[in-house]
Amino acid sequence: MIELKNLRQNYGSRTVVDVDALTLPEGGLTSIIGPNGAGKSSLLGMIAGLQRPTRGQVILDGQDILRMPRNRFARRLAVLRQDNSINARLTVRDLVGFGRYPHSRGRLNACDVRHIAHAIKLVALEEYQHSFLDEMSGGQRQRAFIAMVLAQNTEYALFDEPLNSLDIKHAVGIMQLLRRAVDQHGKTAIVVLHDLNFAARHSDRIIAMRDGKIIADGKPENVITTDVLSKIYDMKLNVLKQQNKQIVDVFGK
Amino acid sequence: MTPETRRNRSRLAGGGLALLLIAMIAAFMTLGATGNWSFILPYRGEKLLTVLLVAWAVPLSTILFHAISDNRILTPSIMGFDALFVLIQTLLIFFIGSERINILPVQGVFLGEVLVMTGFAMGLYGLLLRRVAGSLELLLLVGIVLGVLFRSISGLLQRMIDPGEFLVLQGRIFASFGGADPQVQAMAAACIGLASAWAFWRLPAIDVMILGRSGAMSVGLSHRRLSLEVFAIVTMLVSASTALVGPITFFGLLVAHATYRMLPGAPLRQTIPVAGLAGALLLVVGQVVLERVLGFDGTVGMAVEFLGGLLFILLLIERAR
Repeated sequence: MIELKNLRQNYGSRTVVDVDALTLPEGGLTSIIGPNGAGKSSLLGMIAGLQRPTRGQVILDGQDILRMPRNRFARRLAVLRQDNSINARLTVRDLVGFGRYPHSRGRLNACDVRHIAHAIKLVALEEYQHSFLDEMSGGQRQRAFIAMVLAQNTEYALFDEPLNSLDIKHAVGIMQLLRRAVDQHGKTAIVVLHDLNFAARHSDRIIAMRDGKIIADGKPENVITTDVLSKIYDMKLNVLKQQNKQIVDVFGK
Repeated sequence: MTPETRRNRSRLAGGGLALLLIAMIAAFMTLGATGNWSFILPYRGEKLLTVLLVAWAVPLSTILFHAISDNRILTPSIMGFDALFVLIQTLLIFFIGSERINILPVQGVFLGEVLVMTGFAMGLYGLLLRRVAGSLELLLLVGIVLGVLFRSISGLLQRMIDPGEFLVLQGRIFASFGGADPQVQAMAAACIGLASAWAFWRLPAIDVMILGRSGAMSVGLSHRRLSLEVFAIVTMLVSASTALVGPITFFGLLVAHATYRMLPGAPLRQTIPVAGLAGALLLVVGQVVLERVLGFDGTVGMAVEFLGGLLFILLLIERAR
């Protein structure tokens, strides 16, 4: 279980995240939605221990994550960041191999190699596994980074806009993949999403943020409503019901 | 590129370079020798040892620096590391005086210098890399300004110093590939050996630094600690090589990039040995061709720096496009 207590992040005098209390229990797929600059990435960065909160704590199973040894933490929680740029040449396979670092400390054994091959297969990049990242399309590169997170094989996985630059087929594929990981393997996924329809369809819980604060938090049918969405996006978005599924008319009025 | 192809390629490159290097070393030791072999071989052997130590230490320090600073253009010497070493040497002579230093054991002085240098470089550049790591241009600018600053202070002090003291200082910092003091050579070799062992022990972790700060942290690396460790290693290597042959700026860059081209995407455990061999080959060939065949004494450094400087400009242009 991940608990946030009085978590606040300031950049200069600007407060970008201000969350009094939030609990993320084990299991389930939680989506975080909100406009640009709502503090979603900063929140995720603090949960992943990549940035130090100005105030407050992130607690994983009773322990402050900043006090946990980095390597042990990385065996329990993995994160896909939003900006994945690498300044050197690297093949997909080597990149995914870095996901095994917390387990093998850089000396890959047969078990690591199996995990790497499996993760590459899950994102359908077998054909490209020996290609260099800088010679691939944005979507393929994004899938390679997702595979790296999958190879880390942690209980918790955070994804910051995993569907960035993916075509519709692969976007659906990745969301189904996360759904399967949650349903069949009992993983916990926390995903920042911009596409409200993906969030509505695949999440167990949706957290809506604006100006660093949590505006709404609950089941998709309670958060994806015209009322809540207009509060966070400042525009009227119609939510339709079709065969008991919510569809957001994203074109507004 | 499959891991197998890459391994084969690195073995091929390593083997080829090693063979060439052995041939060139043989040429270096024997070509144009007149007179007593029992004098020539140890004399040239000593010189060769200096060349090999530098050829190993400089590319290694450059590649490690590239890994921790997450760029492939800056090198420790472009950032003014070796100017800092010269400054420390100058300050030492200026404030303590060569007489009092000469009483102290050479090893002790060398060790002290390396320690001071490491502490200072880690404080200064550690802070710098953390604060402005985002901007390569800014880092480059700060590095060049610092280099000029260190050189100017050294220059000023060297003018104010007693002429006799200046000669001593000159001997310490303006050495060329020609003559390093055997005791300094031994100390430098020990320092380089220690730094290399430390680096190789940490290589699997240093490899992860390619992911950048948050990428490395998210797979469980304590980035800050490792950066400091690598900083210490790099500083030891630069101190040792500067003590041996004085400042060299672009040699490391040249060799590192030649190796990156030969082995794209290779892990450091494959890159570093090939870079060491390539560096050694370049310097020994330079010695043989320029000094033995053409008879230009002491110009190897200049030629290598010229080529490396050209490469540096090309890299900057390529980046800007």
